[in-house]
Amino acid sequence: MSIEITGVNKSFGDFVALDNVNLSLPTGQLTALLGPSGGGKSTLPRIIAGLDNADTGSVSIEGVEATHLPPQKRNVGFVFQHYAVFKHMSVAKNVAFGLEIRKKPKAEVKARVAELLELVHLSQFADRLPSQLSGGQRQRLALARALAVEPSVLLLDEPFGALDAKVRKELRDWLRRLHDEVHVTTVFVTHDQEEALEVADEIVVINQGRVEQVGTPDELYDAPASDFVMSFLGEATTLGGQLIRPHDIELSVTPLVVGGVEGVVSRVLRVGFEVRVTVLTDAGEEVVVVVTRTAARHLGVQEGRHVWLSPAAGAVTLPSAGLPAGTALHAV
Amino acid sequence: MTIAPTLERPGRATRKRRPARAVNALSRSSSLALGVSLVWFSLLVLIPLAAVAVQATTGGWDGAVKVLSNPQNWAALKLTLLEALGVTVLNVVMGTTIAWVLVRDRFRGAAILDVIIDIPFALPTIVAGLVLLSLYGPQSPIEVNVASTRAAVFLALAFVTLPFVVRTVQPVLEELDTDVEEAASSLGASRLYTFRRVILPSLVPAVVAGAGMAFARGIAEYGSLVLLSGNLPFRTEVISVRIISYIESGNPAAASVLAALLLLIALLVITALDLVQRRVTKRW
Repeated sequence: MSIEITGVNKSFGDFVALDNVNLSLPTGQLTALLGPSGGGKSTLPRIIAGLDNADTGSVSIEGVEATHLPPQKRNVGFVFQHYAVFKHMSVAKNVAFGLEIRKKPKAEVKARVAELLELVHLSQFADRLPSQLSGGQRQRLALARALAVEPSVLLLDEPFGALDAKVRKELRDWLRRLHDEVHVTTVFVTHDQEEALEVADEIVVINQGRVEQVGTPDELYDAPASDFVMSFLGEATTLGGQLIRPHDIELSVTPLVVGGVEGVVSRVLRVGFEVRVTVLTDAGEEVVVVVTRTAARHLGVQEGRHVWLSPAAGAVTLPSAGLPAGTALHAV
Repeated sequence: MTIAPTLERPGRATRKRRPARAVNALSRSSSLALGVSLVWFSLLVLIPLAAVAVQATTGGWDGAVKVLSNPQNWAALKLTLLEALGVTVLNVVMGTTIAWVLVRDRFRGAAILDVIIDIPFALPTIVAGLVLLSLYGPQSPIEVNVASTRAAVFLALAFVTLPFVVRTVQPVLEELDTDVEEAASSLGASRLYTFRRVILPSLVPAVVAGAGMAFARGIAEYGSLVLLSGNLPFRTEVISVRIISYIESGNPAAASVLAALLLLIALLVITALDLVQRRVTKRW
């Protein structure tokens, strides 16, 4: 195990950021810490890096007890949301920073910097200042700087959070490919479930300081352990008191199935290829159903139409006991 | 960026590389603004400065040489420059420290201290002189009497120049993200190394700007030190006191010669500091 976290608690005043967190992350794995904003998930990489200290509990990195080591001694690479590049240094100087502290010979530093700039596709910008780079380029620079010292662990705190949607998507794919190349144990924090599902080998879902579930993207999506995980990873809606994915509901205009829930279409919203149909059931439940545009047209779905809803075969459902009304839509 | 910068796309990155031919191609409204600014600047600054220079020549070459070779003037000039320089160095250290404390440390009374910093700046200088005289003069309640010594000059200058470095460094420190320091520390940098290689370079332009203002204020100061220093020729007399004496004795031409000299020194210092600043920020 590359990172071993045991019984870690951390509070800031009244705010509990981490509540008895236990995790072991294997060497070479790309792990996503996923959770809603303000849920305390950013505190965990900060504690692993030694930028914050845990109130109780211990951290070990590559088998070395690191709980009380200063950040300088942990050999951890950290990438911040807002890049944190050294603005007065050229791109090459930024990458060389950690190497120069380690007093590496000049020729070696130069070679390593060139190699890393090649890796993050910034070779032609070596002599520029960070202010002359775009946001995405700055973040790649920050990544190269962190990787330069060959850290045993790479931590990224919402690395793409400050970038626009298109760049974010590009960098996400790029990070995945980079990790396949470099194989350093990587933990990245995100509140974007799509990002986590796409990039990570394993996802740790954190809510209100607690680990809700740990698993591969498929495991989490197909077998969510709690209604929180279900509604946070992908969309969820309630049908007959059960949490269910909106695309796992079959919609028909005739009462085909025994036990189908009857309701009236209250809203139809077309988003690209999919149609989001809101149905008010006779029991007073608002159910969101997602169907393809073709299906919607075929069925003739429109506001005021009587429809029958039933879970599709093999659909994942969970009792939605603890979930307040309306929560189902927040993960859209 | 390889796009040739044009006036339609002014931006920070392109400003420096704007081709020379575009300089005269101002729009009507910016021509007007430039005109107004130049007239205003001329009326307030350029014309009076020129007048001083002109008046300095009314005494003729011989007159100027006589003023400049007067040993009492030289002593005053030397004292003024040394004291101003000393106070500037003090301010660079203390001002940066105070700014650091105000921005980084959370303590009771920080807000009050933040306001008090400006008092030496806001206080009429003669009032500052009175305050210093009553506290450090012959009737000192704490029995520290520096009246009529060079320490009095230093004290007065230190008092009035205190806010400059603090106020130029403070906003820069506030803008400085702590995650940059955290990044440095996780890359293995000690606190000291981080300060030297990461924080200080960001502060240098602000420190230099503050130092320049403090020095300029220092060589021109009159009101705050005139009461406490005693104005003893060859000992505690500063150059501005010499200028006043010339005026009072009906010799404005001689006063103007010294004024022009001060002006020249101020210009040299500001230019030198600007050069230093450029070199220093480039080196890192």
